[in-house]
Amino acid sequence: MNNSKLKLATTSLAGCFGCHMSFLDMDERLEALLEHASFDRSPLTDIKTIGNCDIGLIEGGVCNAENAEVLRQFRANCRILVAVGACAINGGVPAMRNQYSLQECLEEVYLHGTGIVNPRIPDDIELPLLLDKVYPVGEIVKIDYYLPGCPPSADTFLHFFEALLQGKTPELPRETLHYD
Amino acid sequence: MPTDQQSFTLDNCKIPFSPGQTIMDAALAAKTYIPHLCHFPGISPQGNCKLCTVKIGTRQVAACTTLAEPDIVVESEIQELTDARRALTQMLFIEGNHICPSCEKTGNCSLQAMAYHLGMEDNHFPQFFPQREVDASHPQIWLDRDRCILCSLCVRASQEADGKHVFAIAGRGLDAQLIVNSSSGKLAESDLAPEDLAARICPVGAILIKEVGYQTPIGQRIFDQHKIDEIGLEQVILAHNTTATRDE
Repeated sequence: MNNSKLKLATTSLAGCFGCHMSFLDMDERLEALLEHASFDRSPLTDIKTIGNCDIGLIEGGVCNAENAEVLRQFRANCRILVAVGACAINGGVPAMRNQYSLQECLEEVYLHGTGIVNPRIPDDIELPLLLDKVYPVGEIVKIDYYLPGCPPSADTFLHFFEALLQGKTPELPRETLHYD
Repeated sequence: MPTDQQSFTLDNCKIPFSPGQTIMDAALAAKTYIPHLCHFPGISPQGNCKLCTVKIGTRQVAACTTLAEPDIVVESEIQELTDARRALTQMLFIEGNHICPSCEKTGNCSLQAMAYHLGMEDNHFPQFFPQREVDASHPQIWLDRDRCILCSLCVRASQEADGKHVFAIAGRGLDAQLIVNSSSGKLAESDLAPEDLAARICPVGAILIKEVGYQTPIGQRIFDQHKIDEIGLEQVILAHNTTATRDE
């Protein structure tokens, strides 16, 4: 790669942070990666708004209005946008709530669940509204690459970045391909 | 090769066959892999999944329902068909709720292994997120219709292996789904038993034996150790049943 570092942004939408943990599972190999890349907005930095980036990694599906807004900001600012993990790719385990109506889910948790004091569905304007369903990120914005897995392994991230840094099209070796 | 036997060409290999044999059966007998999800040796073919689509000249045909003929030239492992098979597999994924991280068939699932085989990295199409009924009425078997790929192997196995006729596919188009032949439509009132081929033959996580999930460590599951082109569905079912009954 040339002398300027790749700008990298990451975010977790309706994710569990497991994909970020798997990213960190690159262990000491992260050091080598950081010689070629620096972080912009990410849960690992303090940067609040995303700037112009080369790569955006999206973990998690889209379950609420804020997720959709953040995802669109990432798309607008990232040259390459990557859906990371099962949730971003097809909604993942959180999409199992699509079996029920949103109202049913909210009532079960905030009104009818056990041990609830002052049952009330939270309605403060600060809170992002949930969407009717959990959506894969590819149904909201265009995605350039997909890293499957729940989560993808550290090796998957490594293969991906190695290819990008060498200016090749990332292709996952079969042995790193898994959805679970 | 006996002198009276005829042959055809599959991807530059000579495949011997007996008259009346399909391209798929001849290829399997010659240990040559053609991708498939709804074919099972000994069960009559139905051509549902279309994964076994091959090319004869400019025609695309299902290898499982097309009879082998002398000296035909059949193409299977070509980019055009790999792309088509990947698209078909993606369509199967988005029509159902194939959330592998929460499915006990993961690692032992032929649909998943097929997607790995075809290098499927995403689902490409918008998800349908269907809401079909789970039937957990039977004490030993349960049915998750959102994972059913309508291969109809259970339907055919139940007709042909033991004559119980437990399953059928009902409804048209996208409404097609697996139904159970009992007065209430529930598995509990059917004749299905866990040892029936129909209860074991499901290539995905739709028909499952209860209380045997997650017994095989990651790394030792069928498709952790084999690729789908190395192991036929028959062996998958045998291997899975051995795993599933190990601790009983």
